[in-house]
Amino acid sequence: MAFLEIKDIYKSFGKTEVLKGIDFTLEKGEVLAIIGSSGSGKTTLCRCINFLERPDRGVFLIDGEEIFNAEDKAYTDKQIREKRLHFGMVFQSFNLFPQYTVLKNVSLAQELMRIDGSEKKLSAAEKAEIRADIDANSRKLLDMVGLSEKTDSYPCELSGGQQQRVAIARALAMKPDILCFDEPTSALDPELTGEVLRVIRELKTSDRTMIVVTHEMNFARSVADKVIFMADGVIEEIGTPDEVFGDPKSEKTKAFLEKSLENPLA
Amino acid sequence: MSFIDVTLQLAEGFMTTLLIFGVTLLCSIPLGLVITFGSMSNFAPFKGLASEASSKFVKTLADFKPIRCITKLFVWIIRGTPLMVQIILVFYGPGLIFGAKALPRITAVLIAFIINYACYFSEIYRGGIESIPKGQYEAGQVLGMTKSQIFFKIVLFQVIKRIVAPMGNEIITLVKDTSLARVVMVVELVQSAQDIIAQKAIIWPLFYIAVFYLLFSGLLTILLNFLEKKLNYYSG
Ligand SMILES: Nc1ncnc2c1ncn2[C@@H]1O[C@H](COP(=O)(O)OP(=O)(O)OP(=O)(O)O)[C@@H](O)[C@H]1O
Ligand SMILES: [Mg+2]
Repeated sequence: MAFLEIKDIYKSFGKTEVLKGIDFTLEKGEVLAIIGSSGSGKTTLCRCINFLERPDRGVFLIDGEEIFNAEDKAYTDKQIREKRLHFGMVFQSFNLFPQYTVLKNVSLAQELMRIDGSEKKLSAAEKAEIRADIDANSRKLLDMVGLSEKTDSYPCELSGGQQQRVAIARALAMKPDILCFDEPTSALDPELTGEVLRVIRELKTSDRTMIVVTHEMNFARSVADKVIFMADGVIEEIGTPDEVFGDPKSEKTKAFLEKSLENPLA
Repeated sequence: MSFIDVTLQLAEGFMTTLLIFGVTLLCSIPLGLVITFGSMSNFAPFKGLASEASSKFVKTLADFKPIRCITKLFVWIIRGTPLMVQIILVFYGPGLIFGAKALPRITAVLIAFIINYACYFSEIYRGGIESIPKGQYEAGQVLGMTKSQIFFKIVLFQVIKRIVAPMGNEIITLVKDTSLARVVMVVELVQSAQDIIAQKAIIWPLFYIAVFYLLFSGLLTILLNFLEKKLNYYSG
């Protein structure tokens, strides 16, 4: 049984069918790269997995446990909040909280969940202990993404690459089982993409399960264990990087790869 | 009438001006937020009725958001009619329409001001809330925050930063609008000057009250600028 199973996801916006039956599985510690041309539904898939869109049909399971089933109409807000914590999301446009320092960006959600959202009444000492724990963990994560110097800066004082690394630390702070990246480097100047890709590469060595939507073909080829090529809302081709990049079966995949080799920035 | 006497009499009127100003601000700022929530409410009681195959009428009915509609209608009426008329209506209306006992003058004035200003503020808040990028909400959501945590811990502060300037304009306008209270014979600053002018046949108190207004709005401008600077510790 696979760690993550995504079964038969359909999603339409009004009359536009965006996802038309997406199925795949992912093992623990694997990295999945999703490639495909613009409008093929990659972002929509990521957003569905993170409960930002509700699929019209489909099921997700983690470790055999059903996390989402489109048949079950009514999930309460609380259930959705709990379920989505299995996943983390790093956005193309970072979406850091501008009014908080880097450290607070990373620690805020934990504080809200463990202190403000605590089921039992916490004593001052317990609160202080939890705070210290969150603080230490946040600093550790910021150190991991190479930003221990910047804990007290505000997002507007950072470069795009640094902001995206904060966003990665912020997502990791919630200890997601699966971390999704939606084109984490496409809002960055070319010279800043390297530092973000390096961080993602390092996460792989620590056995993170990740789904990365990317236009960086070299990165996908070297980091991913599995590659999906999406076209028009379906999985056109799925396989190991060597299979998909080295020996594509589908004509569409071939055409797409040829085009992106010609123009690596596209 | 000596300068001191005039000053004392005007100061008394100014106290009423300050009272109207202070109470209006204190009450309409939170009430405005309630109105904002109303005008952004997505409550749609007939949502369940429609399916793909429903008629146009049923689909329209399903989209009907009563709280939003009523709030918007109310805001439109309040913003679209003169505050002076609203003051008169609150004071004389209950008596003339229902034969009820009139409210104390100052209470009627305060009610009219609070409702009027809350409606203006609500539109400023709504503009501020709608200007916050969707990504801020989504970032909060994927981190497992509740709706109220997202609003109070993430969005609200950014909204406040964006609305201080337009709110400042309204607050300065309120300083001068308080003079409308005299349509129901509340003796605020202008009325107290007018009383002196009528009794003593002197004109200078009218210029003198301008000093009160200028000093007060000057002080507020300084405070608002200070607040704006404070909130500007981050850009964006
Ligand atoms: N909220 C929405 N409402 C209506 N249509 C949408 C919405 N979100 C996405 N779409 C449509 O769904 C299709 C797929 O969009 P999506 O953003 O998932 O593509 P993508 O593969 O991520 O593309 P890109 O590489 O440009 O990011 C597009 O045709 C888009 O117009
Ligand atoms: Mg996309």
